[in-house]
Amino acid sequence: MKCAAQSSDKFRNGCLTLLSAAAFAALIWWAASSLDGYKLRIINLIAINAILGLSLNLIYGMTGMFSLGHAGFMAIGAYVSALLILSPEQKTTMWILKPITPLLLNIHAPFVVSLIAAGLAAAIFGCLIALPVLRLGGDYLGIATLGFSEIIRILITNLTPITNGSLGLKGIPAHTNIWMSYGCLAVVLVCVVRIMNSNFGNVLRAVRDDEIAARTMGIDTFRARVLAFTIGCFGGGLGGALMGNLITTIDPKMFMITQTYNLLMIVVVGGLGSITGSIVGAVVVTTMLEWLRIVENPVSIGGFEIPGIPGMRMVIFSLLLIVVIIFRREGIMGMREFSWSWFFRTGSRGTEGGGQG
Amino acid sequence: MTSAGAPVLSLHGVTIRFGGLVAVSELSMTVPEGGIVGLIGPNGAGKTTAFNIITGFYKPTSGYVEFRSPEGTRRITGLPPHKVCEAGLARTFQNIRLFQNETSIENVMVGAYVRQRGRWWQRMIPLLFPGAAREEEEIRSNALALLCRLGLERYAHSKAASLPYGAQRRLEIARALATRPSFLLLDEPAAGMNPQESAELLGFIRRLRDDFNLTILLIEHDMKVVMGVCEHIWVLDQGALIANGAPDEIRADHRVIEAYLGKDAADA
Ligand SMILES: Nc1ncnc2c1ncn2[C@@H]1O[C@H](COP(=O)(O)OP(=O)(O)OP(=O)(O)O)[C@@H](O)[C@H]1O
Ligand SMILES: [Mg+2]
Repeated sequence: MKCAAQSSDKFRNGCLTLLSAAAFAALIWWAASSLDGYKLRIINLIAINAILGLSLNLIYGMTGMFSLGHAGFMAIGAYVSALLILSPEQKTTMWILKPITPLLLNIHAPFVVSLIAAGLAAAIFGCLIALPVLRLGGDYLGIATLGFSEIIRILITNLTPITNGSLGLKGIPAHTNIWMSYGCLAVVLVCVVRIMNSNFGNVLRAVRDDEIAARTMGIDTFRARVLAFTIGCFGGGLGGALMGNLITTIDPKMFMITQTYNLLMIVVVGGLGSITGSIVGAVVVTTMLEWLRIVENPVSIGGFEIPGIPGMRMVIFSLLLIVVIIFRREGIMGMREFSWSWFFRTGSRGTEGGGQG
Repeated sequence: MTSAGAPVLSLHGVTIRFGGLVAVSELSMTVPEGGIVGLIGPNGAGKTTAFNIITGFYKPTSGYVEFRSPEGTRRITGLPPHKVCEAGLARTFQNIRLFQNETSIENVMVGAYVRQRGRWWQRMIPLLFPGAAREEEEIRSNALALLCRLGLERYAHSKAASLPYGAQRRLEIARALATRPSFLLLDEPAAGMNPQESAELLGFIRRLRDDFNLTILLIEHDMKVVMGVCEHIWVLDQGALIANGAPDEIRADHRVIEAYLGKDAADA
């Protein structure tokens, strides 16, 4: 009887997930046809930040490795994708300081291929840092990835024949539309949910909770960590590529530590280790960051002109983060996940992940 | 010795130094197949350290450990802990070390991972890899069966940290069994149990051995448990072996009484 109840629950949840996915697709269709460019851009950013948040959460929240390198992996992804998409004509006119390396001039790939290449390139770099650093144990990862992220930025600034240096790349075709970004988010979400609901997901959480016990239980914790980090870096590269194709201009300054900081905020505010949390966090943090732009603009109250203070929103944001850490350290979701059984008082505790983006 | 099995685990002159402290010194001992063997000694004798050496967490300064499995006898010293587990040794900890944020069934499933053949990426596309999906369903139902066997079924979906103390100890054993060991090391399984619980533990340990075809080596301070369940006992004091034999011999051994109660008690 218990089993029958469970499988009917599963069927019900599956139907609800499909229904809400369809409803969400309709919503996207409506948004794509009737919202203005500015709003669409924010909606796109939410999806991209959700992808980035999920991938960082896989590394930090779910496997317990504090990483400060996501901006670096985003940069790799954004540049790889842009270099594959830009046409040879665009490339010859853009590289004014030094000519582009001939090898890169004629290389060209469709958008989706460039996204996969961006993810793979970031994953390879991620794996290459993880291998030596994680050998030392997880404690050094934060500082090593922070250093890596800066090194990448400085390399990009100086490798002019490849990256066009500090001038950055302009005129990247705006391939990232709302369908693209939410399509990618859906794929990433399904993959992360599947991983975390599988026994490998249990293993990653086990490595986070108690490394010694995990090793005793026969788990090669080094391998598990390197894998989780590499998968997370793939997400970082993919998110960076999507962002480049949304904003259409990239330069090294886009990928400073503040970028990583925003992502950390998404993960922490949403809830470390919660997939649902990263989605919620992406919505909250992205809209707040936009909304707080107001405080950086000059305002006049009753005839008084108050000048805008650049960086003010980061001050407010940092304060908010501190408040979250003090009063609700586990974030909005804690480690909980969305489940349809929230709406039904059947008493069953499904572990089904949500189906919405 | 009551059990006549050939040795499955043998330590050969194992010594480990931490700075100036010799925590285990020239320890040579064997455990026969299918036996329930005790390792006892006063606090700080080096018992847990010996477990840590056997399971690969410490590398001995000198000496080595051999383990016999169906594949043959091999030296397990120098293997990393997860390889030791793969070879068939599982253990529990003196201070319970569960995966606190995971449910009981997830804890047990993690134990089964070492024998899992399906790869992680196959689980992302279950339609292409139905075998991997089926395997994992099996792991889940085996884990549930194991929880039932240890009387933990009602905690299956509760977080490990929320379980009562005794249940946490049993869950740690369930998790160890999920790795399908041939040899089980228990570090103070009766710690924190009341007299009734530790009386039940005697039958429980014997049943474990019989049902799962195990060899068991256990550290224990509760003498009722040790004398009641062990067929052979090794006694450590300050890192060195001071006696070994059947429970009755150990109970009467002069040096053992001296180590536990001091010289005066032994002379009296
Ligand atoms: N990693 C370590 N570094 C330094 N000293 C250690 C280490 N591990 C154990 N020791 C020391 O080795 C000695 C033996 O410790 P061990 O934990 O093996 O004792 P035990 O027999 O298990 O005692 P108890 O019955 O209290 O659990 C102790 O003096 C302890 O302080
Ligand atoms: Mg001990």
